Amino acid sequence: MIFVITFLVFVMLASAIFACISIDLLNAVIASGLVSLITAILFYTLQAPDVAMAEASIGAALVTAIFVITIRRTERKE
Amino acid sequence: MNFLFNNIYYIGSFGLIFIGLFILMTKHNLIKMIIGLNIMDTGINLLFITIGYVRKATAPIFSKPDLNPQNMVDPVVQALILTAIVIGLAVLAMALSLSIRIYQFYGTLDIRKIKEQKW
Amino acid sequence: MRKIIAIILLFILSFAVLSSISKIPFGISKTKVGKYYINNGIEQTGAVNIVTSVVLNYRGMDTLGEVTVLFIGAIGLMAILSTITRKTEKKLTPSSSILSTGCKFLFPFILLFGSYIFLNGHLSPGGGFQGGAIIASAFLLKYLGCYEKRINEKKFKVAESLGGLVFILIGISGLIAGGYFLFNFLPKGTAGTLLSGGIIPIIYIAIGFKVGAEISGIIDNLMEES
Repeated sequence: MIFVITFLVFVMLASAIFACISIDLLNAVIASGLVSLITAILFYTLQAPDVAMAEASIGAALVTAIFVITIRRTERKE
Repeated sequence: MNFLFNNIYYIGSFGLIFIGLFILMTKHNLIKMIIGLNIMDTGINLLFITIGYVRKATAPIFSKPDLNPQNMVDPVVQALILTAIVIGLAVLAMALSLSIRIYQFYGTLDIRKIKEQKW
Repeated sequence: MRKIIAIILLFILSFAVLSSISKIPFGISKTKVGKYYINNGIEQTGAVNIVTSVVLNYRGMDTLGEVTVLFIGAIGLMAILSTITRKTEKKLTPSSSILSTGCKFLFPFILLFGSYIFLNGHLSPGGGFQGGAIIASAFLLKYLGCYEKRINEKKFKVAESLGGLVFILIGISGLIAGGYFLFNFLPKGTAGTLLSGGIIPIIYIAIGFKVGAEISGIIDNLMEES
């Protein structure tokens, strides 16, 4: 179990670094959505199912959708 | 190696907070800075839930009658973070709408080129 | 140059933070107020989910403030984006019949799932905020799939205002019946059944409608004329 959690934490940090260095804003937004999704799994392993549900429905779905709509109305490259 | 396994949640949350701060300090694009704010928000939520965790405890829901009340994680922290996630969405939507207005007024999102704001 | 300065500053900050966070042990119970809520939560509120009873009963005033913050955010977004001059309507390609039929098929099931989440908020994980977000994602699916369908803004405003009004009216009637705001004046019932918890399910239904209407309104305002 602890190996799976360690692997998930490193994938989360790697996708956060990818969101930092990416030139294309759409890739950065999808990477930050992946950060939120893995954080929801970590909340579930920390015995907080309420917060995991809120993070998965708000942080991973709606925030990503709002960012994509904004990028569509502005410009895509950084 | 044992140190890594014991503190893996702290490492993850502080990594997210510092990556978000780094994006805020070095980038010039407004939407990239708001992405940094979002990552930092997620890291702070993870830090709070980690502080409220109790080892080998169950979630604070009495779904079965034979659960031990002395062996449950802290419910106050979870209630706080449940509030903070929803407020984060409202703040984020407000910031993105302001950046849409700035793009339509100045034609750019680079904060070095928006000169008229300085006074 | 800028990145080097930022990395040096972050190292200094991380030393300061780590020296303070290493005093906090991981995995040990720390607070007394959480213990009090767990030990007395079921007798005092009647809700099985202790997080729900903290959000709506012990700390109900904070939830009212949070709903107000979300309302002000939605209003501010509408005010910021309303002054943009509208462009001429672009000709949009209609979505294919498979996509629009799939959206129409999935839409009521997602609504049903969201209302299940906020009806069972005092028994299982879930609640008004999560259920409202799921309902808003159903409307987002409708926007993305069949684009020409618009939501009816007036009905959404009515639902949102009714949600906020029910919350405040229940709080004031608690003030009349028991002496303080959001007093749990309804009968508690047996813990673990659907009709238990007093005012908690009613407030969560109101919050579910309010949050769903507000987030759908945010998405509707952002997607306008683009």
